[in-house]
Amino acid sequence: MSEIPGDLRYTKTHEWVRVLPDGLVEVGITDHAQHALGDLVFVEVPEAGRKVAARDPLAVVESVKAASDVYSPLAGEVMAVNGGLASEPERINREPYASGWIARLRPSDAAALSSLLSAADYGKVLEAEGE
Amino acid sequence: MGRRTPLFDLHHCLGARLIDFGGWEMPVNYGSQIEEHHAVRRSAGVFDVSHMGILDVRGPDAQGLLEVLIANDVRKLRSRGKALYSCMLNPSGGVLDDLIVYFLGEDSGPRFRVVVNAGTRDRDLAWIREQARERNVTLTERTELALIALQGPAAAERLRELLAAGRHGPGDPERALGLKSFEAETLGSWFIARTGYTGEDGFEIAMPSADAPQAWRALNARGVASCGLGARDTLRLEAGMNLYGQDMDESTHPFESGLAWTVALEPGGRRFIGRSALEAVLAEGSKRELVGLVLEDRGVLRAHQRVIAAGGEGLVTSGTFSPTLERSIALARVPAGTRGRVQVDVRGKALMARVVKPPFVRHGRSLIST
Repeated sequence: MSEIPGDLRYTKTHEWVRVLPDGLVEVGITDHAQHALGDLVFVEVPEAGRKVAARDPLAVVESVKAASDVYSPLAGEVMAVNGGLASEPERINREPYASGWIARLRPSDAAALSSLLSAADYGKVLEAEGE
Repeated sequence: MGRRTPLFDLHHCLGARLIDFGGWEMPVNYGSQIEEHHAVRRSAGVFDVSHMGILDVRGPDAQGLLEVLIANDVRKLRSRGKALYSCMLNPSGGVLDDLIVYFLGEDSGPRFRVVVNAGTRDRDLAWIREQARERNVTLTERTELALIALQGPAAAERLRELLAAGRHGPGDPERALGLKSFEAETLGSWFIARTGYTGEDGFEIAMPSADAPQAWRALNARGVASCGLGARDTLRLEAGMNLYGQDMDESTHPFESGLAWTVALEPGGRRFIGRSALEAVLAEGSKRELVGLVLEDRGVLRAHQRVIAAGGEGLVTSGTFSPTLERSIALARVPAGTRGRVQVDVRGKALMARVVKPPFVRHGRSLIST
């Protein structure tokens, strides 16, 4: 059973979103996603300053098995990326919701947050997928 | 729902992540795939390969059939227990499958055992039956057997402990432990071969299905790691071994698949299926060859990525992250004579890779200069 922290928002494509005190949002992939991918060996992060629309490809995570797109949960601008993933992509396996974060965005429409899934709703998505 | 091996329930109990592989529900990894890989390079791991097809071929024409059916020369198998790796070709020289043939000895005619890939076993069997129609041979598919691969530098020690329990029935364990590479022994109801798909020492053991879960647990209890298809793929690729359906198939011939060494054109009189097509290729020279690539940039090479070389374009046939080398490696089909550096199109970016001669890793050691 995978971990789904109650204080985050989620997407059907297995990204999570955390609202930071400064109004930026932090994005990563869920525990379920990292488990499905297996050992991560490479992460292609976006460059800071890039503008993305909701559901645009934001990053690529590669496990030994396969490459997988990470989609931006919200529209906005990339303000920071997790440089530590270059040498330690396995942080995503170890701590998907902490040191395994991928990017921080400034959302262009903060209200869009409410369109994302709650932890309970994301749990239902996983149930439907047969976890 | 896919087909299941006799070890399916055990895989489930062990928490394996299961995937469809050639119509079979197989474990891809149990925990960390990279740790499973390292276990095989450093100590020992066990794989379920019961999805592969085991076919016994016997009768007066058994050898004659195999002489025509496979591109390597079965007459190299002079003594009982010897094994041979070969391709089985179609008339145009394309690879129908790769397989291992074992010579099991003579009793009222020669007996051979052929082990083929899971994804091709039904097609192979139909093809072999068709070629055998006019011949005095008996073909028996041994679906009642499980097949496990015990691989790694500690494999022989772990096999010794496993055989000490005597589950195999009559037969001196030393006969199995003394096997050389590509030799096999029948020990009671078990058939033990010193073969594998990892580039390490190891054994492949065919046993009655009922024995397999107990043998697996006994190996686990001795510290042997359960390993899935994920680790099997990274291990074989580091060892420079082809995967059927990826690195070669019906549309490619052995000379462009790194498998020239498995084709026996001598003696010239042996008219194996595909021979004349291969002779035509040889007369012209193969236009493409299979090489190894080591990625110099950061990223991961994957099958189907485009290779840009001085002599033209090629394709990655298998690519992965090598846990031993901690960088990406691949097999690629490129214009013949491609050497030095090439570029690989990885999601629109041209990454630099170095052309090398596989294998990349053998017996736990890197063969690639850095």
